[in-house]
Amino acid sequence: MTCTTLSHDFWKQLKQKGFNFFTGVPCSFLEDLIACVSEHEKYLPAVREDAAMGVAVGAWLGGRKPVLLMQNSGLGVSYNALTSLNLIYKIPVLMVISLRGYQIPDAPEHLIMGAITPQLLDIVQIPYRIPSRESLEEDLEFCITQMEKQQIPTALLMRKGIFGG
Amino acid sequence: MKRIEAIQKVSNLLKDELVIHANGHICRESYFAKDRPENFYMIGSMGLPPAIALGVALSHPERKVVVYDGDGSVLMGLGTLTMVGSLKPKNLIHIVFDNETYGSTGEQPTLSKYVPLEKIALDSGYRICEKVDRNENLDEKLKIVFTEEGPSFLLIKVESSDGEACPRVKLSPVEIRDRFQSSI
Repeated sequence: MTCTTLSHDFWKQLKQKGFNFFTGVPCSFLEDLIACVSEHEKYLPAVREDAAMGVAVGAWLGGRKPVLLMQNSGLGVSYNALTSLNLIYKIPVLMVISLRGYQIPDAPEHLIMGAITPQLLDIVQIPYRIPSRESLEEDLEFCITQMEKQQIPTALLMRKGIFGG
Repeated sequence: MKRIEAIQKVSNLLKDELVIHANGHICRESYFAKDRPENFYMIGSMGLPPAIALGVALSHPERKVVVYDGDGSVLMGLGTLTMVGSLKPKNLIHIVFDNETYGSTGEQPTLSKYVPLEKIALDSGYRICEKVDRNENLDEKLKIVFTEEGPSFLLIKVESSDGEACPRVKLSPVEIRDRFQSSI
């Protein structure tokens, strides 16, 4: 695992925006970012994405600004936490979600979730962006503004290769 | 001992501890026994109480964080015990009111009759793991988990009480959130 320049830049942006609690479940698309975060922060490896969401919620209640890193398969795992915890108690968490199987050939287990990941967020009205390298900073800003305004989670959906690799 | 008696007993010991509640009758009975701003009533997301408590405990190492959990909830979020056990927050106290059933859905049996949850917690890395089978030594065990360095796990075998007899939590989720946050 290496901390590439692109992922390092993104981690620095997160830091500058005050994010100070990092947890998640890995995805190969996020390998470099997780390497970066782990190098500089106390990254808390979670056993499941809903457990990661629980920890992030606790951290937010405790005054931290949490980021949850996960694969889109984990969005399915954490969907109940989103609907029956974050969205009703109004607890914002920035979700950085990799897009396995979205508009790319991928392993069979990723194809259905890949095709519906944005819709799953639409259904529960969670704001999200699918950034390019160029728009990443602006898209992060969008997520932060929405979290402040609505006090709910937001998501950055990360395509393969956005941090290099 | 009935669950509500056990909850009352533990709640009477509380000072400024933050308490994360499992969904279902545990919320209702604790709300009825002793409502306080430090109580976070988690009404959905079954299985997540220790995860939420872990996030709070890591953010505020100076405050004791207690989990009021149920056996069905622990079984659902079993993997979370390994996160608590690995990170070992000294300020986390995990109390499980174990009636061996899913109480609020009609008393269907859980698997806790067959699975020693306190042993799983111990092997997951909790520093202290205790079990109370009958009423006799509850006071003594509570003293241990509330005074010694955690994370600690206390399994209290209880009989179901009529959770429906206690009112639902009257606060909205956002009110629960705000009140809890301002008590930290």
